[in-house]
Amino acid sequence: MSRRPYIRKVERNWWIRQPRYISYMIRELTSLFVGLYCALLAVGLVRLAQGPAAWDGFVAAFSSPLGVTFQLACLAFAIYHSVTWFALTPKAMPLRMKGEPVPGIVIVGAHYAAWAVVSIVVLIGAGM
Amino acid sequence: MSETITLEVLRYHPETDSEPHFQRYVVPYRDDWVVLDALNHIKDNLDATLSYRWSCHMAVCGSCGMTINGEPKLSCHSFLRDYRGKVVRVEPLDHFPIERDLVIVMDSFMEKLGSVKPWLIPKVEKPLSAGEYLQSPGQMQVFHQYTQCINCLLCYAACPQIGLNEDFVGPAALALAHRYNLDSRDGGRDARAEVVASNEGIWECTFVGACSEVCPKHVDPAAAIQQTKISASVGWLKDLLTPGAHR
Repeated sequence: MSRRPYIRKVERNWWIRQPRYISYMIRELTSLFVGLYCALLAVGLVRLAQGPAAWDGFVAAFSSPLGVTFQLACLAFAIYHSVTWFALTPKAMPLRMKGEPVPGIVIVGAHYAAWAVVSIVVLIGAGM
Repeated sequence: MSETITLEVLRYHPETDSEPHFQRYVVPYRDDWVVLDALNHIKDNLDATLSYRWSCHMAVCGSCGMTINGEPKLSCHSFLRDYRGKVVRVEPLDHFPIERDLVIVMDSFMEKLGSVKPWLIPKVEKPLSAGEYLQSPGQMQVFHQYTQCINCLLCYAACPQIGLNEDFVGPAALALAHRYNLDSRDGGRDARAEVVASNEGIWECTFVGACSEVCPKHVDPAAAIQQTKISASVGWLKDLLTPGAHR
């Protein structure tokens, strides 16, 4: 008997076959916007180092309707990315206390609490 | 006339077929039948040439994994009543070559499984006369869920990374490596790291999470891999700061 295993190719649209793959791809896409926003902040630092005129130009661009729309989009994607990541943290970082597993909700809650603390510190720092 | 249900089964005979094709079978519908019962009915009454793997019929042996209406499932664990009124499409598990009909070639998995050394590598070898390697129930509980894997390969069929890179060690093998790494009696973490912490190991995983969703034994390979990423990173950092000290 001859062996001739048949190899099926993965189709380019594999990710639209299942809702779980679509959610995954959306999450991957949000990374792009988070990365873009980080890159723009780095550009802002460079403009700041170049002097007041360059910095004012950067702030004006960020404050324009296009700049605000982009930031709102980035904020929405960053929130989606953070919320879905926090939901996964009990898998990646399971904790045990006194031999017993810490409930997932406590681990997720701790992440939200840390997020709130960091946000408050940054907002207070920005207001000073 | 009694109720029937239609199965659409992917057929491939290497002697005669250049590529797989679907074949339809109409079988009796019974509330307490699973898809495997329907396949057995076909094999016994309609078409003896149909090939598929099965053994225990009770979700223990892990032999009867198939793609059922697009979802990797154990055919012994998939009731016809959940597909009542629909056509049941049965295909071999994705991401594996088809040997014949619903039978896949799983050689690649067997190699990957062996490569992560899924056995106890004691910290210090001791003679039989020294007795057992003792472990408390609490220590056992840490890794217990990962011992439930039946190597059914549903997680490999669900994982898109396996489809995109056939060299990826994959969910079940990495989860088993994690199982032994977590074992208080084991000292084989470094011996496994060469494969586990390689590019084709944990770092090929992008945390899709599908492996854990399809597991019929509620093992969580996605969690195992993410935890291994963290421990491998911490190990790498320790090595960087204090070369050789933590071993």
